[in-house]
Amino acid sequence: MASHAQEAQKWSFRITPIRVLLMLLSLVAIGVIVFRLVTGLGTVTNLSDEWPWGLWIGFDVLCGVALAGGGYGTALIVHVLHRDYFAPIARSAMLTSLIGYLLVMAGLFLDIGQWFNFWRPFVSWGHSSVLFEVFWCVSCYTTVQILEFGEIATERVGKKFHNIFKKALPVLMIVGIIFPTLHQSSLGGLYLLMVDKLYPLWWSPIIFLFFLISSFFVGPAMICVETTLAGKAYDHWIPIPILRKLVRISAYAMILYLILKIVDLTNRGVLGLAFSGTFEANWFLIEMIFGVIIPIIIAFSGFSNSRSGLLTFGLLVSLGVVLNRMNVVITGMIRSTGVSYIPSAGEFIVSAGLVAMGVLAYCFVVENFRILEHEDHGHAA
Amino acid sequence: MSKGVLVDLTKCVGCGSCTVACKLYNGNEWDDTTPTMGPDAKLNGKNWTVVQFHEVKDSNNQPVWRFVKQQCLHCKEPACASACFAKAFQKTEAGPVIYYPHLCVGCRYCMVACPFNIPKYEWEKAFPLVTKCMMCSGKVEKGEAPACVSVCPADVFKYGDRDALLQEAKDIIAKDSKYVKHIFGEEEVGGTEWIYISDIPFEQLGFKTNVTKRAMPSYTEAYMHATPFVGITWGVILTGLYHYTKRRNQISKENNKNFKA
Ligand code: SF4
Ligand code: SF4
Repeated sequence: MASHAQEAQKWSFRITPIRVLLMLLSLVAIGVIVFRLVTGLGTVTNLSDEWPWGLWIGFDVLCGVALAGGGYGTALIVHVLHRDYFAPIARSAMLTSLIGYLLVMAGLFLDIGQWFNFWRPFVSWGHSSVLFEVFWCVSCYTTVQILEFGEIATERVGKKFHNIFKKALPVLMIVGIIFPTLHQSSLGGLYLLMVDKLYPLWWSPIIFLFFLISSFFVGPAMICVETTLAGKAYDHWIPIPILRKLVRISAYAMILYLILKIVDLTNRGVLGLAFSGTFEANWFLIEMIFGVIIPIIIAFSGFSNSRSGLLTFGLLVSLGVVLNRMNVVITGMIRSTGVSYIPSAGEFIVSAGLVAMGVLAYCFVVENFRILEHEDHGHAA
Repeated sequence: MSKGVLVDLTKCVGCGSCTVACKLYNGNEWDDTTPTMGPDAKLNGKNWTVVQFHEVKDSNNQPVWRFVKQQCLHCKEPACASACFAKAFQKTEAGPVIYYPHLCVGCRYCMVACPFNIPKYEWEKAFPLVTKCMMCSGKVEKGEAPACVSVCPADVFKYGDRDALLQEAKDIIAKDSKYVKHIFGEEEVGGTEWIYISDIPFEQLGFKTNVTKRAMPSYTEAYMHATPFVGITWGVILTGLYHYTKRRNQISKENNKNFKA
C-alpha cells in the first residue's frame, strides 16, 4: 500500500478518527505553547523555586531521549556489526528515534526561560558543565539523524542527491552512534551534582552508567511496542524470531543493569533502604520488579515466543524506564525539597500534544517513504 | 586571597537592616507576599537576603530566639558555576560568585545543582532571569564590605580575608564554651566564603548540615574529562568493527558462492 502511494508519487495521509483526535490534541497543545512562550513559564506550569525542573524535563526530555535510544542501538547492530538479519527493523527504529529527538528539542526549547537565547552555549562554552555535553551531543545527533534520513528522503524527493547521502551513510552512522552513547550517559551525569538532594536509591556515582545501559535496553522494547502498533495499522509484521533475538540482547543488558544496581547499592550501604517501606522504596521496587526483573523472566521464557509476550515485554520495559526517569526527577527529589510537585494541566497538555505530533509525523513519513518494507523487497520496487 | 564574611549568630538581634540595605543597593522591589524577615521570610527573585526567625531551646532548655541571615554562601568551588553550560555563573578571584544575565539561557540547572537552593527564578516574568546575592561584587572588588555587612548595628559580621576570618572563628569557639564546635562553611561543599558560628546547633536553625564535604565540581570533573577520550576510543572501535564485520560478511558470502558452485 505504501509502495502504491510511491508509484503514484502523490503525498498521502489517511484521515482516521484517531488521527483527528491527535490533531485536535496537537492544536490545543500548540495554543498552550504559544501562550507559554509569550507569557513566561510561571503562567502555564506549576514550576517554582522548589521545583525548577518538572514534567517537561522529566518526561519530554529525559524519557524522550531514552525512548528514542532505539535508533542508535539498532544502527550499531545493523550498520556497524552488519547483522543484516535485523535490517527489517532498522529504518523504522531510526525514524522513531529521529522524531523522538525532534520532540526532545521542542521540549527543551519550551522549558528554557530565555528561549531566544538558546544558542548561547554554542559560543559561551561552559565546558565544565555536564549539560554542555548534553546540549552539544543532542544538537549534533539530531543534525546527524536528519542527514541520515536524507538517504531515505532522497529516494523520493531530490533524487539526484541520493548517491551523496548513500556514500556518507557509514560515516554518519558511526558519528550517530558516538553522540548518543555520550549523551545518554550525560543525562544521568547531570544528577551527579545532586548528591545531597536525590534520594540514595537513585543517586549514584555511576548514575550515568545506569542511564546509558537503560537507554540501550529500552531500544528493543520500544521496537516491540512500535512494531505491534505498526503491524496493526499497516499490516506489516516483523517476524517473531527477529524480535525475540533482539529482546534477548536487551535482556542481557538488563541483567547487567540489575547486577550493577545491586552491587552499587550494597557498596554504598543503602540496599536496605529499598525494603524500608517508605514512599521512595516502594516506587523503587515497582520500577525494579516490573521494569527489569519480570521482563528478564519474560525474555527467557516461552512467553516471548508470541506477539503478546513481546508486547508485554516492550510495554513493561518502556514504562519501567519512564518510571525510572520520573523517579529521578520527581519522586527522588520530594524529600529534599520538602514540598511535592504535581504538574499543571498545561504541562500535561503540552507533553501529550508533543507525543501526538510525533505519532502523526511517524504516520505521515511511513505512508510516504520506504520505511516498513524489507530491504530485499525494496530492490524490486 | 579571597574575601569572606564571618557571621556570629549569637549577636544578631533580627532588626533586618541588612535586608533593607540589600534591597536599596541592588534596586530590588519590595515583595508584599514574601517578607524579608520573620518566621516566614523566604529568598526569592526579589529577596536576595532574608533574616529568618527561629524559636529554639538554649543549653539550659530555655526558649530563645535566634535570627539567621540567609544569602548565597559564595562557595569556594561553586556548584552553580560548574553546572551552568553558558558560563552565566562565574567565580571571581575576590570571592563573589557572579551571575551574568545576558549569557543565561534559563535552563535552571544552576538552581537544581546548588546544594543550598540559593538561586531563584523570576517566575512571574515573561523572560525570567536567575537571581541571587552577588556579595555586592562591585564593592568587594574595591575592598569594601558588602552593603548588608556595612549597615549591621549589632556587630554580627566581620568582613576580610577568608583565611584570617576562619582562624578568628576557630579562636572564638575555642575560647568561649557557649559556641557549638562547628564552623558552618569551613568544610561544607569544600568551603564557602561566608562562614557562620553559633551557640545553637546549626541543624536547628535551618542550615543544611548534611551536605557533602567534597567540592561539588569534583563530582563531575572526572566524568567530563573522560568524555572526549571515551568518544574518540568508541569511534575507533566502531570504525574497526564496521570494516571487520563488513569484510567478514563478504568472505562468508564468497565462500557460500564457491560452495554452491
Ligand atoms: S551557595 Fe549555591 S548559588 Fe551560592 S555559590 Fe554556592 S552553589 Fe552557587
Ligand atoms: S539557568 Fe542560566 S545561569 Fe542557570 S545554568 Fe541555566 S543558563 Fe546557566
